[in-house]
Amino acid sequence: MLGSLPRPLALVAGCLMLAATTAQADSGATQKAIAARGAVNCGVSSGVQTGMSTLDSNAKWSGFEVDFCRAVAAAVLGDAEKVKYVPLEIKTAFATLQSGGIDLLARTATHTFIRDVELNVAWPGVYLYDSQGFLAKKSLGVKSAKELEGASICVSAGSNYELNLADFFRKNGMKFTPVTANTRDQNEKNLASGRCDVYANVLSALAGAVSKLGNPDEWVVLPELISMEPIGPVVRKDDSRFRDIVAWTLNALVAAEELGITQANVEQMKASSTSPEVQRLLGTTGDFGAKLGLDNAWAFNAVKAVGNYGEMFDRNLGAKSPIKLQRGLNNLWNAQGLMSAPLLR
Amino acid sequence: MSTIPAASLPSRRPVFSRRRVAGWLYQGLLVAGLALLAWVAIGNLQDNLATRGLKLGFDFLWQEAGFEIAFSLLPYSASDNYWRVFLIGITNTLLVTVLAILFSTILGFGVGIAQLSGNWAMARAARIYVEIVRNLPQLLHILIWYNVALRALPAPRAAITLGDVVYLSNRGILVPALTTDRPGLLALSVLVALAATLVLVRGLGAYRERTGRALNLWLPAIAVLLLLPTLAMLAGGASLGVSVPALKGFNFAGGWVLVPELSALVLAMAIYNAAFIGELVRASIESVPKGQREAASAIGFGWWQSLRLIVIPQAVRVLLPPLSNQYLNILKGSSLAVAIGYPDLVGVFTGISINQTGRAIEIVAMTMAVYLAISLLIGALINLFNHMTRIVER
Repeated sequence: MLGSLPRPLALVAGCLMLAATTAQADSGATQKAIAARGAVNCGVSSGVQTGMSTLDSNAKWSGFEVDFCRAVAAAVLGDAEKVKYVPLEIKTAFATLQSGGIDLLARTATHTFIRDVELNVAWPGVYLYDSQGFLAKKSLGVKSAKELEGASICVSAGSNYELNLADFFRKNGMKFTPVTANTRDQNEKNLASGRCDVYANVLSALAGAVSKLGNPDEWVVLPELISMEPIGPVVRKDDSRFRDIVAWTLNALVAAEELGITQANVEQMKASSTSPEVQRLLGTTGDFGAKLGLDNAWAFNAVKAVGNYGEMFDRNLGAKSPIKLQRGLNNLWNAQGLMSAPLLR
Repeated sequence: MSTIPAASLPSRRPVFSRRRVAGWLYQGLLVAGLALLAWVAIGNLQDNLATRGLKLGFDFLWQEAGFEIAFSLLPYSASDNYWRVFLIGITNTLLVTVLAILFSTILGFGVGIAQLSGNWAMARAARIYVEIVRNLPQLLHILIWYNVALRALPAPRAAITLGDVVYLSNRGILVPALTTDRPGLLALSVLVALAATLVLVRGLGAYRERTGRALNLWLPAIAVLLLLPTLAMLAGGASLGVSVPALKGFNFAGGWVLVPELSALVLAMAIYNAAFIGELVRASIESVPKGQREAASAIGFGWWQSLRLIVIPQAVRVLLPPLSNQYLNILKGSSLAVAIGYPDLVGVFTGISINQTGRAIEIVAMTMAVYLAISLLIGALINLFNHMTRIVER
């Protein structure tokens, strides 16, 4: 098209075309964009994080983060396969979300003040309560994190773990040398090659590292947990409708576990349950889906795609996964955990 | 694209040539288009910032950074602010750039001269080096050196040592360090001593040119380099000590550590860029007419003498412009440091600091300004050198 114009004109026209991409943001814009695109753009970790996001040899994604993306796609589009996964390092994850490159960041992003207030992104909920700890080789002979004076410590660049780590050492009047890497995979390599003495990350990541590093008996997680990490999906603050959709997709998965709805029995529950709560959640009665601008079977679709929260945890991180992470704080409130959903009424 | 539409060709003879009018018109349109582009871009930025609720400003530079940096020339701790992080990033980038330029130039000259040497094996080896090295991406070189070098080196407790003062392990190379309570005085006196040595070398060179008698240069130079700082430190009442690295706990304490990230980066960049510089050196030497070399050997110059005194001084004029390009590539290529976690400007400032503060626009703008400034500085230095080595018409 530009070929027929004289060269200077073509240049100017080309520049204007480049400049004319304006991002509009208002409530509901994200949902409209997803519908028009026919896919949810979902930011996940880099595809080599056992339990969180892994890309297998058949180009199929799996993991905890991936399942959450699938649940949102099932709720919004009715099809869990309609997800475009965007693997992101934590260093670039928030900038990509801010600029509209992804609709949703389903990564291990901890909710912090600066991110919430300054980056203008929002956490619609918490899908993982984790804690930061240290992983060391048993042969190093370290019994406590207080003995780490002078240690070289592997940590992800640009993460809040980097800040927690510096705080912990300042508080205890000790020094350390950070060995930063952009991905967990590189951190694990650095730990294995002995570039660092210990690896600082959340327990789910450390458990994932152990499952990849071979013999689990060679490794020990030090007893000190230096932070509480509420980790959840992240959206832009300017679209409150999409924020609600993500929040209630997560709530629906948690509520489903509480109500005893599983991937296996969800159809039967929808057909025959007499519980008014189950009926409201699965869309047999009420119009909660319509109130979110979604199909009334939104929660049904999400549970059908990935199971309830407990199933999602067990399959990817818990007893049924190679990681074997204890559920601990991620149990439901009625099983000594912190997981609960607001009321569906 | 570049064909001129038939309609714009002058078919008749107007008062002004049509081509000239069209030229003015297009230039005016181009300027107007660029102005419009800038206006749209700035408006776009403001709109997007407003809708996303973000604000511009440099106040974040005085916030506490709160993270540690693995390696820095200037003192730094987690309680310093982002301005300090910025400075650390710049000095780390400058350090790796200067070292990579230095080593790649030395190696590159060697490779370039070796390619032209009469020794068949040496010339072929240099040729093979150039062809293999320059056809692999720089990032690959860096990753190979980092991962290979790391895996081959022992843990700190099994470090290779040289007389228990120098240690080599996967934590880097540890050497004894000078410690002083007045680092500024030490740095200044060393600089003055270096300048004095330079003056001395030039003076002795002039003496030799005048009288034809060569004097021993090394002893006085070393004496100046050592004595001057020592006297300055004594006069200033400063304490001076040596800190020797020693294994303490599971890591080394004391001494100065050259981290493996820096060594791998400098090594990889020197080897990669030396292949290009080697080609530039070879080409520039070949550009010197053969007669020059023949004339040199006719008056009894040996191979090395004719190269050093006749060929290279002429080749340098051809060499400098492409060489300055290569130096700029080294500067920009140093940002690949981020792949192996060396804390350069892109790593600590454009990477970590953006994520911790969210100030992408300000930080990217500052980073661009720094790279631009250093690039212009390198260009200016090369131009100065070019000016100094130009052929003076008599």
